[in-house]
Amino acid sequence: MRKITYRDALREALLEEMQRDKTVFLLGEDIGRYWQGAFKVTKGLAEKFGEERVLDTPISESAIIGTAVGAAITGMRPVAEIMFGDLVTLAMDQIANQAAKIHYMFGGQSRVPLVIRTPFGGGVNIAAHHSQSLEAWFMHVPGLLVAVPSMPSDAKGLLKAAIRNDNPVVFCEHKLLYPIEGLVPEGEYTLPFGAAEVKREGKDVTIVATMFMVHEALKAAEALEKDGLSVEVVDPRTLVPLDKKVIIDSVRKTGRLVVVSEDCKTAGVTAEIAALVAEEAIDYLDAPIKRLATPDAPIPFSPPLEKHLIPDEKSIIQIVKKIV
Amino acid sequence: MDSDTLVLMYRKMLEIRLFEDKVFELYGQNLVPGTIHLYTGEEAIAVGVCANLRKEDYIVSTHRGHGHCIAKGARLDRIMAEILGRKTGYCKGKGGSMHIADFSVGVLGATAVVGAGIPIATGAGLSIKLRGTDQVAACFFGDGASNQGTFHEAINMAAIWNLPVLFVCENNLYAMGTHQARVMLIDDIAERAAAYGIPGVLTDGNDAIAVYKAAEKAVERARGGRGPTLLECKTYRQKGHSRFDPATYRPKEEVEEWLSKDPVRRLRKQLREAGTISDDKLAQMERDVAEAVEAAVTFAVDGPHPAPREALEDIYA
Ligand SMILES: Cc1ncc(C[n+]2csc(CCOP(=O)(O)OP(=O)(O)O)c2C)c(N)n1
Ligand SMILES: [Mg+2]
Repeated sequence: MRKITYRDALREALLEEMQRDKTVFLLGEDIGRYWQGAFKVTKGLAEKFGEERVLDTPISESAIIGTAVGAAITGMRPVAEIMFGDLVTLAMDQIANQAAKIHYMFGGQSRVPLVIRTPFGGGVNIAAHHSQSLEAWFMHVPGLLVAVPSMPSDAKGLLKAAIRNDNPVVFCEHKLLYPIEGLVPEGEYTLPFGAAEVKREGKDVTIVATMFMVHEALKAAEALEKDGLSVEVVDPRTLVPLDKKVIIDSVRKTGRLVVVSEDCKTAGVTAEIAALVAEEAIDYLDAPIKRLATPDAPIPFSPPLEKHLIPDEKSIIQIVKKIV
Repeated sequence: MDSDTLVLMYRKMLEIRLFEDKVFELYGQNLVPGTIHLYTGEEAIAVGVCANLRKEDYIVSTHRGHGHCIAKGARLDRIMAEILGRKTGYCKGKGGSMHIADFSVGVLGATAVVGAGIPIATGAGLSIKLRGTDQVAACFFGDGASNQGTFHEAINMAAIWNLPVLFVCENNLYAMGTHQARVMLIDDIAERAAAYGIPGVLTDGNDAIAVYKAAEKAVERARGGRGPTLLECKTYRQKGHSRFDPATYRPKEEVEEWLSKDPVRRLRKQLREAGTISDDKLAQMERDVAEAVEAAVTFAVDGPHPAPREALEDIYA
C-alpha cells in the first residue's frame, strides 16, 4: 500500500469507476480541464475521459442535481459535484423531494443511482456561506444514504461503493481533509455502507466522531493516553445507514460516551447518536453522555471567532475530562 | 397527416376525456382520496406530442398528469387503480394522482413540485446523448412552472449541450388562481426560448393537428441531433384547478369562449368533415372507449388496498 492524499484517493475512486463502467460520468461547476475542480479532486479526468464524461455545467445547482436524477433513472450513474456544501440549499428540492423519493413514490419501479459529492466544514476562514456542515439535514430524508469518510482509504472505498449503490448518496467531504495523507489500497477496494470502524481501541471512554473530527479525536486520545486514560475512537463512516452495533458495543465496553461532530448541536449528528445510545444502551453508561458540536451559530469569518466555535483537540480533551 | 394517426389521436383524446370525467364522478362518490387535477380541455397537447413519440422515448409529467400517461401508452386500469390508492396501481398506491409513473412505456413520472420535472427531462436528454441512442425526451409543464428557476436552468443546460428534449409548456392561462398577466409581462412564453438560443414555437393547444405538426418538427430536430425546442401550447382547463376549486376567478365569457374551442369536439368534427372515419366507426370507437374506462374502474375498485406494512417497503433500492 502507498500513502496518498484524501483528494487523490477520491480521484482514484472516480477514475477506477469510470474505467470500470462507462455509464459513470461526472458533472459539476468547473470540474473539467480549465479549472479541474474547486478542490482539484477531478484533476486530469476530463483529459482522460473527455468532456462528455466530465461535464462542466453552468452555475445551476438545481439543474445539476435534477439533470443527474434524470440521467440516473434512465440508465446512467452520475456523480455530481456541488462546489461547496453550503450550496446544496439551491438543489434541495431535487435532492430531498425528487432523488430521495422517486424509488418509493413510484412503487419501486425506478432506481436513482446518483452520487452527490460536496465539501462541508470550516477551518479555512471563508465564513458563513462556505463553511457549514449540513450532513444531518440529509439524515432526515428517508431515501438518501449519507457517507462521511474521514480517512483517505475510507474516501476511496466508500466512493467506489457509493457509485455502485442504486440509491442516491450524499457523499460528504471536508475541506481540511483533502490534503491529509494515509495508506490506501491500490485497485479494487470498496467499503460497505453501515460499517463503522474503531479507529483506535481503548477501554475507558468512547469518542464517536466523524470526518475531520476523527483526526482531532485521535489527537486528543493520544494526549489523554499520557494522562493514563485509554480512549476508544469510533468513526461511523456512514451516517445513513448508521452502524448502531459498533457504537453500542464500544459503549458497553467503556461505559462512557462523548460524541463529537462539526455540525450544529441542535438536532444534529451528535443529537442522533446520543439519542440512540440513550434509547438502546443506557444501562451500559457509567456517566452522562457528552456532546461536543459547533454551537448553534453561523460560522464567522475572523480566525479567532471561527476557532472558538469549531470543536478541536483541546475542547475534546476538556469534555472527556468532565466524565472520567 | 395519415388517417391512422388521426384516428388514433382521436381515440387517445377521447380516452383521456372519458377517463377524467369518470375520475370526477368517482371523486363525487368519495372513492378518490386526496386531490385531483383534471386534464379536461388540454387533451390535444399530450396526444399531439405523444403521437410523435416512440415507446422508448421518455416523458416527464406534472400534477395534472393523467392525460400525459394515457397519451404515452400507460394503461387506464393501472392509472385508475393508483388514483384510488390501490396496490394494483402503477406505484402500488404510494404515488396517487399526482405521482404516476410507468417506466415500461417511458413515463418517467410526475412530480407535484411545480417546475421540478424540467431538469429531470434535461437529464433524460443527457442520458440519451451519452448512451448514444436516438430517443427523445418530452417534458410537460404549466405556465406557472415557467416562472421557476428550474425552467431557466434546465432549458439553458439542454441548449448548451444540444440535448434531444421537447419542453412543452401547457399554457392554460392560470396557475391556480393567478392569471398569467399578473406574473409575467410577456404574452407568449415561447419568446423565452430566445434567451437560450433555441427555437420557441407557439401553437394552438386546443388543435390536435396543430400540436402534432409543431411537435413533429421539434421531435425531428431533437432526434436529428439539432437540440431542444420550447413549444408553447395555448389552452385552457375546463374544470377548476383541483378538487374543491369552483374557479370563480375566471370571467364567465372567457370560460365560455374556451369551452367553444373544445379540442375533442374539434378533432371529431375535423375527422368527420374530411371523411377520415365513418360515423359508424366513430360510434363504435366511442362505445369501446367508454367500455375501456368502465373496465378500468372495475379493475381499480376490485383491487386491494396495500397492506399497512408496505408503507415501509421500497424506501431504498
Ligand atoms: C414549487 C411549488 N409551489 C407551489 C405549489 C402549489 N401548486 C400546485 S399546482 C400550482 C399551480 C401550477 O400552475 P401551472 O404550472 O400553470 O400548472 P397548471 O396547474 O395550470 O396545469 C401551484 C402553485 C407546488 N405544488 N409546487
Ligand atoms: Mg397553468
